[in-house]
Amino acid sequence: MTATDPRETVIRAALDEVADPEIPTISVIELGVIGGIRFEPAQGGGERLHVDLLPTFVGCPAIEIMREQVGERLRSLGVADEVEVRLSFEEPWTSDRISEEGREKLRGSGFAPPPHLRSLGPDELDLGGAAECPYCGSRNTTLDNAFGPTLCRAIYHCDACHQPFEQFKVL
Amino acid sequence: MTGLAAPDTLPREALAELLLSMADDEFVIGFWDSEWTGIAPMLEEDVATSSISQDEIGHANALYELHAELTGAHPDAIAFGRDPDDYRHAALLNHARTDWAFTVARRQLYETADATRLEALARSSYEPLARLAAKMRREERYHLMHLDAWIRRLAEGGSDARERLAGALVRLWPDAQTVFTPLAGEVALVEAGILPEPMAALRRRWAGEVGERLASLGLPALDPELEPAPDGRTRRTDEFRWLHAEFTMVARSDPQATW
Repeated sequence: MTATDPRETVIRAALDEVADPEIPTISVIELGVIGGIRFEPAQGGGERLHVDLLPTFVGCPAIEIMREQVGERLRSLGVADEVEVRLSFEEPWTSDRISEEGREKLRGSGFAPPPHLRSLGPDELDLGGAAECPYCGSRNTTLDNAFGPTLCRAIYHCDACHQPFEQFKVL
Repeated sequence: MTGLAAPDTLPREALAELLLSMADDEFVIGFWDSEWTGIAPMLEEDVATSSISQDEIGHANALYELHAELTGAHPDAIAFGRDPDDYRHAALLNHARTDWAFTVARRQLYETADATRLEALARSSYEPLARLAAKMRREERYHLMHLDAWIRRLAEGGSDARERLAGALVRLWPDAQTVFTPLAGEVALVEAGILPEPMAALRRRWAGEVGERLASLGLPALDPELEPAPDGRTRRTDEFRWLHAEFTMVARSDPQATW
């Protein structure tokens, strides 16, 4: 591992301004969908910036829009001659990649953040466990539907304040 | 990761066949079950079945992309540009959606078979497939949980629900085996570690597990020794031809369109 390229800090700060198209209060950095960032020699000379984009769900319909917006923002920075944003499954996106800032913003807009995973194995994913109500903080909540308005959202009901709310799914 | 097949020794044709069979499975079940959008038994299920179908078509897309990388074809052309006889999905997915119990029975058989297949492929020596399988398994956990709840609900429901479910399971059981119909190039895939276990071994493990679960709910015993039909991935039906005409309608209306 070489020392972090100082341009990476600039890149991450810029991408922290690119919103998730489906939940715009949270940025692609906070959502954890930005994977590896590296500079490579470009084919026609100069440098190419290569960024991996990790889909939350394989079939996420917002991923192409995200890719375009990330590419556009990076090109506007002028830190490399070429920019390539590639979808990657090299490291699987898991809901643990959502940052603390991201979790706070989700809560602020009525989404329960996913609980942290005890294990990263697919067989141990704890689905449908209690979620914390983003309105009153109660854990006295019931899963209404593991499938919500988008692939990554589940629908809960708070039995304390009787408010329906969504959870960003555990994955 | 060890045992990654070097590009020059990669059994490309056999790998392409494996990827296409899985992609077509996901694509076709996604389209069949998306037919429930708007008419599922209740609103929550409408959302759930649509979401699951969207997942499956997304998985198909990712698998078609891997296939396209190997063969140089365009993923859209593979998905929408073939004749019905050139699809390679399992015969289980030839049937129309029929009633809700039939859809639940078919999906339970398919999802559990797919889970067994993905568990093996997450150990594949072909890393792009291993990574995708590992990612897909996390999403499929939600499908398995949802389908198991439906199986339990119908099995423990009234006699009408139970009889329809049992009837559909018995009818579909022979075709369910075809998810594991051996592939032409299977020996090469197993030798290269791309398919970590032969289809026959995967089928036996799946049949034992799913049979046990269904029997525990008092559903009819299903023969775990039943062999899959050799033409399980090439046999096509008029019901599938009808679905094919539906899902290729937009692509056929303007073949030169950019998506």
